[in-house]
Amino acid sequence: MRSSEPFRMAEILEVVEESSLVKTFRFRDDVPAEPGQFYMVWVPGVDEMPMSISYMGEMKGITVHRIGKGTEALHAMKEGDVIGIRGPYGRPYSLEGKKVLMVAGGTAVASLAPLAEKAVENGLEVFFALGARDKGKLVFVERLKGTVDLHIATDDGSMGYHGFVTNLAKELMEKERFDMVYACGPEIMLYYFFRTTQEMGVKVQFSLERYMKCGIGLCGSCAVGPYLVCRDGPIFTEKEILKMPEFGNYMRDASGRKVGLK
Amino acid sequence: MLNTELSGLRMKNPLILASGILDEVGSTMAEIGKQAGALVTKSIGMEPREGYGNPAVVPLEHGILNAVGLANPGIENYREEIAEAKKGGAPVIGSVFSSDFEGFGYLAGRMEEYGADAVELNLSCPHAKGYGLEVGSSPEGVRKAVESAVSSVKIPVFAKLTPNTHDISALALAAYEAGASGVVAINTVKGMAINVDAGMPVLANKVGGYSGPAIKPIGLRLVYEIASAFEREGARIPIIGVGGVTTGTDAMEYMMAGASAVQVGSAFHYRGRNTMSLIADEMERFMREKGFSCIKEVVGLALL
Repeated sequence: MRSSEPFRMAEILEVVEESSLVKTFRFRDDVPAEPGQFYMVWVPGVDEMPMSISYMGEMKGITVHRIGKGTEALHAMKEGDVIGIRGPYGRPYSLEGKKVLMVAGGTAVASLAPLAEKAVENGLEVFFALGARDKGKLVFVERLKGTVDLHIATDDGSMGYHGFVTNLAKELMEKERFDMVYACGPEIMLYYFFRTTQEMGVKVQFSLERYMKCGIGLCGSCAVGPYLVCRDGPIFTEKEILKMPEFGNYMRDASGRKVGLK
Repeated sequence: MLNTELSGLRMKNPLILASGILDEVGSTMAEIGKQAGALVTKSIGMEPREGYGNPAVVPLEHGILNAVGLANPGIENYREEIAEAKKGGAPVIGSVFSSDFEGFGYLAGRMEEYGADAVELNLSCPHAKGYGLEVGSSPEGVRKAVESAVSSVKIPVFAKLTPNTHDISALALAAYEAGASGVVAINTVKGMAINVDAGMPVLANKVGGYSGPAIKPIGLRLVYEIASAFEREGARIPIIGVGGVTTGTDAMEYMMAGASAVQVGSAFHYRGRNTMSLIADEMERFMREKGFSCIKEVVGLALL
């Protein structure tokens, strides 16, 4: 019997504790996905939320930061428990050029790690700036270490560069010439980093996040300028970001009211 | 060829963005306004409302199921969205909902003050307790809500009716008699989905409203019924058809059933950001092939 619509039900096959606040859940889903895309993940009876896909291939993964009701319920799940997924949705990252930089703040590495792997497979030279508040909050260090030219930053200096990952990224950009800079992280980080990339005249693809109800281009909750994060994004280029008065400024809550980001 | 006029609203085509679709934010409405004849806002009430939790909108095989729960930022926070929405060039119709009849008048007045070109009364939300359907399922309720709005504004007032009733014509006639400039039919059809693996309803609110291709025959039949009743009673106000319009053919079906314009919503899931242009092109092609020169020639063609 087929799964009842709209969800494909996926049994959790593996749970990996990445840090005190972050877990990765692995499950089988043979629908192809591209780095940057997301699932709408249903925790039956609790919540449904957009989640970046952190592992491609048939054994997919989501890497989840515990921040609210839905993610808390997910964190309580064990091997053998079942979640519902629909998607993959959204426009993926696109690989361009020969030498690229990826910049991830916190759990946002979930969206960039599979891109890094794909870029290396395609023969690109990949510099990766991975940051977190402290050493214990770094995710995917082992996964990336052997694959890319990995540079680590922590806000408190407990590992690698002492300071914001965007400052580390800027230093890398001053030394090297990158064909594309990919970034994912808290929007306020992206906002200031975007200024840097604009000043330096570098092309970018940033992954943005918004409250979503539908994920399929209908509800309009995730509107940024003329775009929808669910359908036109979540990956946006610098030309598109320049058309978003919301960027780094505000987002919308469930009622549609503006909530400041600064 | 497609340009038309609806209760004084000048529209470049008879395609209107339906309430609840891509209309939380003025900027997305403005984008669609470049292609559409008019735009209806999200339904706005007195106070901000979070609505229901997720899952709130899910795609099913033949349509879309939702229980958003009248989530909206509240009328006080909506002024700038109207101003922004109007930048697309299409007339903006402010949708409002209220749990009491005086509320419709107040909210309609605010919409007019914000620059809305018309108001649409949501008398038919199928999934929010005390609102919508619970107000608009009796001719008496429809009459009171419409009277309240009509006496408060100079702009046209449209009444959006529910299909979840045994006699929609009585509701439509009540709206007409109370002074509505037009009726909009239909809102979503009550429905639900159950996940058999989890053994529970999919929507956080359990039940919701069903829209999209599956409900087109239902909407068509109800528009046809209202049009017949209007003709019988000499009610000369336009009907705006809505429910499953995805292609130009769908739009033509509604117009032949008696609709002067149609609203488009769920189709944006299937056809993307250029949905309105795609449908408009298909209508124009059809009209050329059949030798129609003006959209008004099509309206009511299938009525006997």
